[in-house]
Amino acid sequence: MPGLDDWLNSPLDIIQGLYSHHGQDFSPKVKEYFEKRLSDRNALSWVPSLNDTPLHDLKPNSLVKFRCMIQDMFDPEFFLSAYETVDTKTGESFMKNGQYKDIAQCLPHQKINLDSPRNVTGDRQTLYCVPIPGEAQWCKESFHSASRAKVVPSSSSKQVRCKRGLEDDEQDMEVRSSEAMDVAAAAAATSSGLQPDSAEAKRPRTDGVEAQLNSPSINLNFPLSEETGPACLVKIYENGDSYKVNDIVEFVGVLSIDPAMANFKEESSEHALLQDQAMDMEEESVHHPPPSLVPRLHAITAYRLQHCNPHLPVEIEDVTNKDFVSSVLQEAQSLRSHIVSVLELALFGDALAVEYLLCHLISSVYARRDVVALGKFCLNLSGCPRSSSFPQSLYQLIQELTTKSYMLPMSLENMNTLSFSPKKDYTANRLNSGILQLAERTHLFLDETALEPGQLDANGVKNLTALGNVINWQKVEYDFNFHHQDFHCNIIPIILSEGKSLLPSDCHVPLQLVTPLDKIEESFSAIGSYLTPALLTKIRTYLGLVQLLNYSIAEDVQKSLEEDFVSMRRQDANAMKVDDFHSLLVLARLLSLSYGQTELTRAMWNKAKTLEQERKCRLSAQ
Amino acid sequence: MSSPTTPRSTRSKRGRDSEASSPASSKSATPSRRSARGTGSNPTTPSRRSTRGTPAKEDIVSSPPSQRRRVDTSPLAQMPTSPPTGAPKDLDTSLFSSPGASNKGATGTSDIDLSSPLNYGTPSSRGTPRTPGGGGTPIRPRSDIRSDRKLRTVPVGSDNLDASKATSEVSSEVNAGPQLVIWGTDVVVSHCKEKFAQFVQRFIDHEVAEDERMEGMDIEEPYYLQKLEEISLIGEPYLNFNCEHLRQFDPDLYRQLVCYPQEVIPTFDMAVNELFFSRHQDVQLPHQIQVRPYNCERTKNMRSLNPEDIDQLITISGMVIRTSTLMPEMREAFFKCYVCQNTVSVEIDRGRIAEPTLCQNCNTNHSFGLVHNRSQFTDKQQVKLQESPEDMPPGQTPHTVSVYAHSDLVDKVSPGDRITITGIYRATPLRANPRQSNVKSVYRTHIDVVHYRKMDVHRLRQESNEEEENVVRYTEERVKELQELSKKPDIYERLAHAIAPSIYENEDIKKGILLQLFGGTRKDFTNSGRGKFRSELNVLLCGDPGTSKSQLLQYVHNLVPRGTYTSGKGSSAVGLTAYITKDPETNQLVLQTGALVLSDNGVCCIDEFDKMNDSTRSVLHEVMEQQTLSIAKAGIICSLNARTSVLAAANPVESQWNKNKTIIENIMLPHTLLSRFDLIFLILDPQDELFDRRLANHLVSLYYQSAEQQEEEFIQMSLLRDYLSYAKQYIHPTISEDAGQAFIQAYVDMRKIGSGRGQVSAYPRQLESLIRLAEAHARMRFSQVVEVSDVEEARRLHREALKQAAVDPSTGKIDISILTTGISGAARKRRAELAQTVKKLIQEKGKVPTLKYSKMFDETRERSDALITKEMFNEALQDLQDDSYILRTGNVIRILE
Repeated sequence: MPGLDDWLNSPLDIIQGLYSHHGQDFSPKVKEYFEKRLSDRNALSWVPSLNDTPLHDLKPNSLVKFRCMIQDMFDPEFFLSAYETVDTKTGESFMKNGQYKDIAQCLPHQKINLDSPRNVTGDRQTLYCVPIPGEAQWCKESFHSASRAKVVPSSSSKQVRCKRGLEDDEQDMEVRSSEAMDVAAAAAATSSGLQPDSAEAKRPRTDGVEAQLNSPSINLNFPLSEETGPACLVKIYENGDSYKVNDIVEFVGVLSIDPAMANFKEESSEHALLQDQAMDMEEESVHHPPPSLVPRLHAITAYRLQHCNPHLPVEIEDVTNKDFVSSVLQEAQSLRSHIVSVLELALFGDALAVEYLLCHLISSVYARRDVVALGKFCLNLSGCPRSSSFPQSLYQLIQELTTKSYMLPMSLENMNTLSFSPKKDYTANRLNSGILQLAERTHLFLDETALEPGQLDANGVKNLTALGNVINWQKVEYDFNFHHQDFHCNIIPIILSEGKSLLPSDCHVPLQLVTPLDKIEESFSAIGSYLTPALLTKIRTYLGLVQLLNYSIAEDVQKSLEEDFVSMRRQDANAMKVDDFHSLLVLARLLSLSYGQTELTRAMWNKAKTLEQERKCRLSAQ
Repeated sequence: MSSPTTPRSTRSKRGRDSEASSPASSKSATPSRRSARGTGSNPTTPSRRSTRGTPAKEDIVSSPPSQRRRVDTSPLAQMPTSPPTGAPKDLDTSLFSSPGASNKGATGTSDIDLSSPLNYGTPSSRGTPRTPGGGGTPIRPRSDIRSDRKLRTVPVGSDNLDASKATSEVSSEVNAGPQLVIWGTDVVVSHCKEKFAQFVQRFIDHEVAEDERMEGMDIEEPYYLQKLEEISLIGEPYLNFNCEHLRQFDPDLYRQLVCYPQEVIPTFDMAVNELFFSRHQDVQLPHQIQVRPYNCERTKNMRSLNPEDIDQLITISGMVIRTSTLMPEMREAFFKCYVCQNTVSVEIDRGRIAEPTLCQNCNTNHSFGLVHNRSQFTDKQQVKLQESPEDMPPGQTPHTVSVYAHSDLVDKVSPGDRITITGIYRATPLRANPRQSNVKSVYRTHIDVVHYRKMDVHRLRQESNEEEENVVRYTEERVKELQELSKKPDIYERLAHAIAPSIYENEDIKKGILLQLFGGTRKDFTNSGRGKFRSELNVLLCGDPGTSKSQLLQYVHNLVPRGTYTSGKGSSAVGLTAYITKDPETNQLVLQTGALVLSDNGVCCIDEFDKMNDSTRSVLHEVMEQQTLSIAKAGIICSLNARTSVLAAANPVESQWNKNKTIIENIMLPHTLLSRFDLIFLILDPQDELFDRRLANHLVSLYYQSAEQQEEEFIQMSLLRDYLSYAKQYIHPTISEDAGQAFIQAYVDMRKIGSGRGQVSAYPRQLESLIRLAEAHARMRFSQVVEVSDVEEARRLHREALKQAAVDPSTGKIDISILTTGISGAARKRRAELAQTVKKLIQEKGKVPTLKYSKMFDETRERSDALITKEMFNEALQDLQDDSYILRTGNVIRILE
């Protein structure tokens, strides 16, 4: 591909060229130029990704991409947007562009004239971005294998080890137990070289832990401590206000890892007289970490991601993807029956619970009416056997099916020690992340069977309240010391408990075991063999897609729903309260979507009613 | 007289407060007297003595200062000095006034441009030891408006501008010389000064904001002259002036101030000092008057700061999140030659000291050493300001900005304060590493503050009024919009409807909550010895579970700026009030405030009120009536303000509301607490088909609402929020004569209802509730007067609420005694009847000294038609015992007499 290397490897030269040509208002041109190059999603696969390429294999000042979640936003900074350089020999002066870089550079025989009146000051925003918390392994691998970036690793095995090594025991364990699935998934992927990857996963675990212990690590502030991958300071030059905390974005921009940026302290001591650094010290170290740990990325363009499902097109509603959507929807019925049989194996053959679990998997907050979040569907599966591998196995299955998930065993220790809500640290001037700082549509798997009777301390109570807030109002209260700020979230929580959970939920389903408890392992290994790579891909596509579909209720159906409500109340006003009607409407929506229907039909409504009835029977029978 | 570029001043190094800048009139000042004074007052700096003099022109207007000066022991000069157009005539003065001469005494003055009149009062002038004529008032340099670059003035032409000459008698000489234009700006110094002097002398403000008032001021008089008067009395040499006033007075000058603050503010300083010392000639101030502008129109959101604002005057508001300790900043370094003891002072220039290498006295190289305790320092403090929560766009984290406070502004704010600061926005480039040709291209930015305006400064004052707090400024359009809205005839319904639109109907409850949000007028009769009356309304919602009570509470919590939401289940008394914690790092005890204190002036939403334990609830007694909270814990005894409205929700004890029971029995709350609620609403499931139908329609519509509608709703919510705070800020209704009569009538009517049955059916507390409700209703209409219609609505709502809450299920009538005493009048009557029955029974027994309890109980039950519980029987016995008819001991009833 001629010309490709130029814009990939030395984008700054192109930018300087555009600058000389267009003058100060060249930024739209830069965006235009690169977007044209990247207009084909295919082209994007040539851009190396920070997510899966070790930093030392990337060239400084080359074009890279980063798929991430915005964790924090730093203050805007002013910089030299254009500066004058003077040739020390000839005395000639040139204007140079200062955008998309951290360091104003010049050649050895040149000097930068800081006092030049032609210098232009610009401002840019800094976002602190972390890899998407809880992103499933299969997503990462699938993205990685789709990449065609020609990065030549210095020594491949070492690189692999490093990447996997940082993962903690828990994740490795599940890699091992669900190895069958993992390998299958890897085989499905087009690229070679992944198979050894996952096979190797077990071995380097120990050195990874060591490495973590040895390094006096800078806290990278990941919401989930298990997360690996680089954090990145993304500098954005436009639309700074349109980004929100917890957004998932894919940035494409210039990588900047000049080590000069780390020596902030030394430099500041020079004019310590003017600016007392005592108060800034900690802030400096957090806001300007060594670029080897936290690289800088000067964003040229950004793609807002609705999802991080590698099997789905980025813009689902785009006209070009209509065919894709309809083809998946056509298959929806059969895929649904596949997944129902898988879930049935997992839930001891409880057909009712399977329906609810499926609805739960595709639920998502789609609108808010004043304080009410519409579409939330928190499921509480009670009757789960205590101290068994069941929650773990079920979580692994969910992990395989969904793109983002996190399992939280609600043990006393976890509740008392972990921090759930993000809290502002004013000393370092950053937002310390918490477990509940999750991206949209992350499945939160709460294992209440791990909870023992005991003492919850103040932190534990706070954490419990935070969970309650997520479930009831879909909001997380961020602690800014002097005030609290509610941030809306869209987290999909499921609670596994023995009896009814102590947390609130939208829908409580007691499990009824059809197959005996000791068959668990057999069931889950059966699932492993049932889910062929091809089927798995299809199911992932299906689940990802229906979650994002638009849904409507036709006029006449609305009328009949209202009729229904009135007549049900006439029969028994206590059995049909406002809340019951709410949950019926949500359930009907999710059921319709699970069948690939974007409009509510009478049949679906009746099905939803039967399900609710059956569930209520089961509840009252208890 | 010399050219205007003659420096008017020389420098003083230390001990400015004592070292008076001497009157430098050529006529009056004699060297001998001056030096004598200098030695006496300032023995540490003998070498400085000769540098005190300032060339000043004798003021023609004021009385010859010489006489007065001779009389005063500390001679006060009173001449307002203009840029020195007059040259000193005798040798002595001229020596002080020319830089060369002064350098003789204090060698090593750097190349600061002394020719500019702007050196006055700025640090770059290195401490000009002179106020215009103010004999006892030393100059203190302003570090807040230090300029990084040296000021340069450019003479433009030399013709006099006579046009404005006559306008100000004080500065009439200003224009005598050629004009001075500050380099790089369009500021003409003399014009600027004169215009500002005029502004001070003439500006009359008819709408003085609350916190700008001062005692005994006359709004018809020039505002700032009165301010100067105040300065002369109080002796705080700061003139705060509102930029908005200046903008009204002279938009051009205002523009110059905003664009070139570091040049224009010193000019203002000069003008004010001249004016002041011409009016108050014998006043001695700690230092010269410093002008502090505030409220400049460019008030910005922290987010909208951009490179164009650098070096401009900006006003932004936010919350202080951190303050550093005091940092002494060297302003002037004092060097001493090791060889010949020659001393040199060097001013800090842009954070650096140009250390003198060559001693001019003994020609030794590198012989200088810094003498720390003879150098000059100023106070400095770094403050971190975060944008206020209201300004935060949803979904984003707040921005912060660094602020440097100088000299006496240090320690004026503490973390948590909401302030508006006015200051100069600065950007300092990161210094290039001399060994590298590449440069880090990022600037460091901060604001040098010149003025703090605290927003909630009055919060701690007892007599505070709402309008002083949280001063929100509305744009004119917004005010207009709100005013128009308030004129609508159906505004009451409209606003009530806007509250939690997703919750269906329940109009009266929404109206009640709406009135709660507006609140009554705060009344304070402490002076007449009657104490304060609560203005906050408390509302209790009780009813069946699943009737969206929590949703209403959540909505209110989201709507009001200072609202807190707690659940009765989770909150302890500690969480509601305040508690002491120990900071793990410093081991300091910290008072942490709980939900009630946090929602001071807001609404405290308490869900699951019934689940709260008794000790927690008892805390609420004080809060809900006295509006204060007393704490005695860990040696800290204090009473905190908790002027909060309580919006509580309670569920019935038996999961469903029992219509056959009174409210007390249903929710099991003590009546003492219940009577503190102004409105108690029942939310019941109506079970009505027509209602169901509309409800269904409402619910279904929730589920297919488009994004646009949502947007609309969002606007509504912000509008409602503005409407509420505007009303709270500006509307303080008072009761009209007619309304007063209506209140009396209403109260009498309420009392009458029960009087027929020998019961008290209304208490003063109910009257107070009525007044509060009527005031809130008037406020909602943006009316400053409570009218009869407000009283009527208050009565209606009050009755509606009572109808639901205080109905005696056995009689079906409203009975206020349920709320005030916990039992209904009918129940009390029944109890009395039972006691009589028992008494009769005992009398029938004849002369028996004792009776068995269980036997009596059985007999009584047989006698009565109605079911008699053990409790009822016990109560009856208790009544008899109180009448000293019987004495009960265990299972034996002894008959007395």
